[in-house]
Amino acid sequence: MATSIREMSKKPEILTGGHRLCAGCGASIAVRQVLMGAPDGVHLVVANPTGCLEVSTTIYPYTSWNCSYIHCAFENAASTMSGVEAAFKSLQRQGKIKEDFRFVVFGGDGGTYDIGFQALSGALERGHRMVYVCYNNEAYMNTGIQRSGATVLGTWTTTSPYGENSFGKTQNRKDMTAIAAAHNIPYVAQASISHWRDLVRKAEKAFAVDGPSFINVLSPCHRGWRYPMEQTVEVAKLAVQTCIWPLYEVEDGKWHITVKVRDKKPVEEYLKTQGRFAHLLKEKKYAEALPLIQEYVDQEWEKLRFLSGEQE
Amino acid sequence: MVMSKNKLQKTVAVVGTDAVAEAMRQINPDVVAAYPITPQTAIVETFAQMVADGQVHTHYVPVESEHSAMSAAIGAAAAGARVMTATASQGLALMWELLYIASGLRLPIIMPNVNRALSAPINIHCDHGDSMGARDSGWIQLFSENAQEAYDNTLQAVRIAEHKDVLLPVMVLLDGFIISHAVDRMELLDDATAKQFVGTYKPDVSLLDAARPVTYGAFDGLYGYYFEFKRQQEEAMRRALEVIREVGREFGAISGRPYGLFESVGLEDAEFVIVALGSAAGTIRSEVECLRDNGMPIGMIKLRVFRPFPAAELVAALAGKKAVAVFDRSDTFAGNMGGPVFIELRSALYETAEKPIMVNYIYGLGGRDLSVDLVNKACNELAWIAQSGQVKQRVNYLGLKE
Repeated sequence: MATSIREMSKKPEILTGGHRLCAGCGASIAVRQVLMGAPDGVHLVVANPTGCLEVSTTIYPYTSWNCSYIHCAFENAASTMSGVEAAFKSLQRQGKIKEDFRFVVFGGDGGTYDIGFQALSGALERGHRMVYVCYNNEAYMNTGIQRSGATVLGTWTTTSPYGENSFGKTQNRKDMTAIAAAHNIPYVAQASISHWRDLVRKAEKAFAVDGPSFINVLSPCHRGWRYPMEQTVEVAKLAVQTCIWPLYEVEDGKWHITVKVRDKKPVEEYLKTQGRFAHLLKEKKYAEALPLIQEYVDQEWEKLRFLSGEQE
Repeated sequence: MVMSKNKLQKTVAVVGTDAVAEAMRQINPDVVAAYPITPQTAIVETFAQMVADGQVHTHYVPVESEHSAMSAAIGAAAAGARVMTATASQGLALMWELLYIASGLRLPIIMPNVNRALSAPINIHCDHGDSMGARDSGWIQLFSENAQEAYDNTLQAVRIAEHKDVLLPVMVLLDGFIISHAVDRMELLDDATAKQFVGTYKPDVSLLDAARPVTYGAFDGLYGYYFEFKRQQEEAMRRALEVIREVGREFGAISGRPYGLFESVGLEDAEFVIVALGSAAGTIRSEVECLRDNGMPIGMIKLRVFRPFPAAELVAALAGKKAVAVFDRSDTFAGNMGGPVFIELRSALYETAEKPIMVNYIYGLGGRDLSVDLVNKACNELAWIAQSGQVKQRVNYLGLKE
């Protein structure tokens, strides 16, 4: 497994430099780390739903992808890739394709949790061999920071603003990783760009299974989260240390926490690094959201520990 | 089974959905992605059985919606596979945004659509509102009169779509229940002839070309070639007219059933003409021939190709006629502008010096029966219009409960 920096540095870059993603963007880090986990000697097809990654890497007549790539629409990356994978199986069986291919989708949280949810569920149920990666920045960033099903309670976004009657987003996010796991597919993981070794290993496992796999990667967006661009990795690390984004995998139905957190930090340590939560800490009238977030984090963390056999 | 005149064909009695499934079996697509919907269901059921029985090498993707059916078809076609799907009505409506992507990416996907009315109110029977709604989506649209034509059009669609001068997706249209579920006598090509006719598919670019990776669906919102791409689609659609004719001639040579852009009855001496498409053409032809036998100078055109719209050819056929009645099985809700065939044909005839008087009959919405009596009523009205030069009502609703 190529998880030493020395070995990884020898791997060819599939997402090349010169793309137009922001400096400090978590998405490109997620993509490069995941593709480090692709087996040597295979060819890749990448699919994107509409989103930041797509518009920033395929500006016609240029492309940043050193592999085959398809963008179709917003809600259908998983079904589009189902077709690509089906074509591969058909043509391979007929002896028309000799080379080995792997199929990777990089969808944002909007294209995964919300509008692309049905297509993803269908593809997972049908068992297409594809690695589906959600580069999760917890809102619609391409259109300018609107809330999604991945947005944390209390977050300010342009469609969950705080005001006289609201402290920001009033609902908890949905647990997309657990929903993917409920499809009983061979491999599901939650990862963060801050823990590169953990993520590359997970990608290697995802590529290795003969069936669908799903990796939900926390990929901070400094434009939407409101922190200085050089802090992307630090912010992602705090998400793991506070357990608002625990790292785990579900391998053939077995849950396993891959990065242990001995001293869970209060979630406020994470919230205070980002402008999207600033109102909760600055103004008393919004502070009622703080215990709700901590409660949610604690509850989910205990649930995860239980599922992973780390708690009686 | 009865052997037909052409020794390589056999005469069968089948429902329209089986005729289409037989064409699909002979085409033997690399990938079929489909979702069931009335009245298309029997096509995908029959084809799924063919896959299960190993009669085809197709990889069948039983998707969770029509949206995903067209998405998977797009992915598979971009990956270099010969791809088919099939749908109807709400299913076609759900595919709407992907129809534009399939044509915009120039993917030669073949899709039989069993024409069915759109909701609301929900209705499972035939009209053309579903496919007419997709008339500007960049798909070639071939209408069928019966099971034979549905079968023949499906085979020809492959050659038209994949032609290098075209590279556009093709919709084969057959009327729900009237064609899809009625038993019809028809002739099937033998497998070897059909296989030879459709040929093999070798795309120039593919996602699975390991030596030449390619980016499909790039973002064209900054440097501005979008306009040029769209113009190229329009040019491909213009070139398609000749390709459709070529393929129709070639198909005639192997089957004895040549196809053009439209068919006609009595144009050489008709003073007024009915234009229609789909299964109603059979009823109309029967009545037109009967009236001609009685001395009425009437003719008819059965339009096969609605996209591309054969404007010049229709104008040449209709110039100098006194009156034309267009039968539309859908409405445009434009406020008394009439149905889509009427609007387009009327527009095509605008520059003609000897413009016929034009009237529109909207009929058969939601499967309302078009009886011979109703056709007879329209024919007599048209005769009066041609003779008097007067139109009492431009857009008429034929068979409405009033």
